[in-house]
Amino acid sequence: MDNSEGYAIELRGIVKRFPGVVANDGIDLKVRRGEIHCLLGENGAGKTTLMRVLYGLYRPEEGEIILNGQPVHMTSPRAALNHHVGMVHQHFRLVPTLSVEENIVLGLDEGTGPFVNFRKTREKISSIANEYGLSVDLQTKVWQLAVGQQQRVEILKALYREVDILIMDEPTSVLTPQEVDQLFTTLRTLVDDGLTIIFITHKLDEVMQVSDRVTVLRKGKVVSTLPTAETDKPTLARLMVGREVVFRLKKGPIKRREKILEVNDLHALNDRGLPALRGVSFDLFGGEILGVAGVSGNGQYELAEVLTGLRKSIKGRVFLAKKEVTNCSAREMNDLNVAHIPAERIRMGIVPALSIRENLILKKYRRPPFSYREFLDNKEIEENAHRAMSDYQIAAPSYETPAKLLSGGNIQKVILARELSENPSLIVAVHPTYGLDIGATEQVRQILLAQRERGAATLLISEDLEEIMTLSDRILVIFNGEVMGILDAESADIEEIGLMMAGTRHKGEEL
Amino acid sequence: MKRRVGFKVERRPVASGRVVFFVSLLAILAALVVAGIFFQIYGVSPIRAYQLILRGSLGNRFGLAETVRRAIPLLLCGVGLTIAFRALFWNIGAEGQLLMGAVAAAGVALFSGLPGPLLLPAMFIGGFLGGAAWGLIPAILKVILGLNDVITTLMMNYIAIYFVEWLIHGPWKGPTARGFAYTDTFPRAAWLPTLYGTRIHWPTLVLGLVLAVVMYILVTRTRSGFEIRVIGENPNAARFAGISQLKTTLLVMLISGGFAGLAGVGEIAGIHLRLLGPTHISMGYGYTAIIVAWLARRNPLAVIVTSLLFGVIMAGGDVIKVSLGLPFQLINVFNGLILFFLIGSEILLRYKISFFLRR
Repeated sequence: MDNSEGYAIELRGIVKRFPGVVANDGIDLKVRRGEIHCLLGENGAGKTTLMRVLYGLYRPEEGEIILNGQPVHMTSPRAALNHHVGMVHQHFRLVPTLSVEENIVLGLDEGTGPFVNFRKTREKISSIANEYGLSVDLQTKVWQLAVGQQQRVEILKALYREVDILIMDEPTSVLTPQEVDQLFTTLRTLVDDGLTIIFITHKLDEVMQVSDRVTVLRKGKVVSTLPTAETDKPTLARLMVGREVVFRLKKGPIKRREKILEVNDLHALNDRGLPALRGVSFDLFGGEILGVAGVSGNGQYELAEVLTGLRKSIKGRVFLAKKEVTNCSAREMNDLNVAHIPAERIRMGIVPALSIRENLILKKYRRPPFSYREFLDNKEIEENAHRAMSDYQIAAPSYETPAKLLSGGNIQKVILARELSENPSLIVAVHPTYGLDIGATEQVRQILLAQRERGAATLLISEDLEEIMTLSDRILVIFNGEVMGILDAESADIEEIGLMMAGTRHKGEEL
Repeated sequence: MKRRVGFKVERRPVASGRVVFFVSLLAILAALVVAGIFFQIYGVSPIRAYQLILRGSLGNRFGLAETVRRAIPLLLCGVGLTIAFRALFWNIGAEGQLLMGAVAAAGVALFSGLPGPLLLPAMFIGGFLGGAAWGLIPAILKVILGLNDVITTLMMNYIAIYFVEWLIHGPWKGPTARGFAYTDTFPRAAWLPTLYGTRIHWPTLVLGLVLAVVMYILVTRTRSGFEIRVIGENPNAARFAGISQLKTTLLVMLISGGFAGLAGVGEIAGIHLRLLGPTHISMGYGYTAIIVAWLARRNPLAVIVTSLLFGVIMAGGDVIKVSLGLPFQLINVFNGLILFFLIGSEILLRYKISFFLRR
């Protein structure tokens, strides 16, 4: 069946350039009707760009898009929807204050004149939801939904628009293992019903689990397209990175030292004023990494903010090296040598318009040698930049380069260089490798392990369970602001962690 | 085959100094073209009008002097505003801060009874404090209550304007002013020296130039300057780094309000020699200074150039009034257009637009 008849999508020679990069460099892609086709590649390989071209968000400089044998012009997402192509973005495009059904019909002409006939639309939504097991309450406001449910709304939105082709951009990054299984079941049902699905991911397990065929992208080019059944993880990893990948980090045995951090019955509110932490307690020792696992939005970010002085707790106490530090300010925590690698590295971790040199002293500019009284010592600041750029292998033309021009990996290295240069006793690291390519991820993890070796106490908050499992000595699972249990990482079982992330309390002994 | 012009919009990573210069120039030219329409409506050829303005403001000694004397308050207010804008505090209230500086200085001049040589320094200190106090009120309201700085600084202008009106019609109305709404003329010791035969009160000018340099050093070389830039470029990172928003906001408004207050001192001690109607004291210097600071792209040193440019425009206003019999307010239309195009042109700093022919 190798004629164009069997292909739902054919992309020919797609070229898309951005200033300084060729995101898609002559990409050919054929997707068969009724298959789940994975697009696999590292961050920056051009997966999302390619799909945005297909969905009409970007106009390619060169190339053709052929749907079901017909060349088409994708000038806008609306054109894409008219051709029955839908996309579920990594970051959902929903209006939080509107209800589920309002979000689903938003932008469509349902009913007469300015009025929406909700009785009719409701019927149609319900029948789609029932057919594919996508149950969600239509009247609920979207902001009240869990992330997994919001994703269902996005899928429903696409199905309501009668798409034949559904693009899913890294759909699993916000889900628990159980929710991932559920999603995969749904996707299977959809494909059995004749839909074609393109699934963007950088996780090899998912490719093996869900796809029929896989196309590997690297640096804007197609490396290979393979039937999933005829390949394996090491092969795909090699294709994706372009070299052999060693999946082993050098992690020495734990050398637990004195207690560094003690958290007792900590309570805090989130930005909306609702309880985010409800009585969190744990100890953290020098020389160990404590991983915090949990689905996004269960209090882990508030925990990081309270511990770094960015958020006030309303109850409970925190001790750092036996000294009480409850509700100290960010500046005080910083002066106590607590390092913070923030979740949103560009929004919080750097000042994009300032140079690397200036970003490297963001927390140290008040102290000698970088300033005396009111005046900054530019010579020291430059030397510091030199040192940091060579120690942490920050790739940039010079230390005067604005931080916003750096790649994600280099931005993260600037942050690590700044936060870790004074040998902190406590490191609060949130998503330290999120969005980084394999090379940079490896480097960042090595740096964290070296800090552990040195004796630092690290609290590692991440949504990447694999990362938590590989780096942590103990794993704390958080759900709805409460600790579901603390497990030994050596013997922890991913199924059990998954259940705890969904709210089941740990049965065994507490560590 | 039909050919047509296509265009492409691309993100610009960083705008170079040259790009900034040419884009700013483009904005001014666009304002000149549109303002030309207004001259045309009045039946005056825009080219002739612009020739007259240039000749009248730069072409002779008198015009040059008027340009410089208009530039002095713009320089002081503008330098202060660059600091506030750097910290993302939208101070629209330089006009009111200028007036309150003038009020404080007039109070010192009329009622302090200080001996001669101390009087002028005391007026400058008083004027600085008056303007600063007026600027600190919105700063405190913003940091503590979260009130919008644009609204509060703007409204504080009106309070200042009517406060001045009340003073000169009421308690401070001068016994020797023969019924006019003025205060008495200040004693001789409160008069600023001027360059011979002009109205350039040079001590204020020197003060403005020195402060422009000092503020440049503050922004680029000091801890406080670093904090101001971090808060302005990324408030979240500032919070993350433990930089106090309260302290920094108070500092920038102390500077911004205080400098506007100094401008007020210069106007009444150098030109009018008494406190009089608010529109006579200021002619909208505080508002024009917003454009001056913006055109300087928030660089205190560049304000020296942009304040002179607007000095030309304001001196040109006198020319079109006297030579062409047109209303001075046309200048405000022109200023508004410049700001309009300046803000509109910011998109060109972030994106590059290139044209090409396509078939």
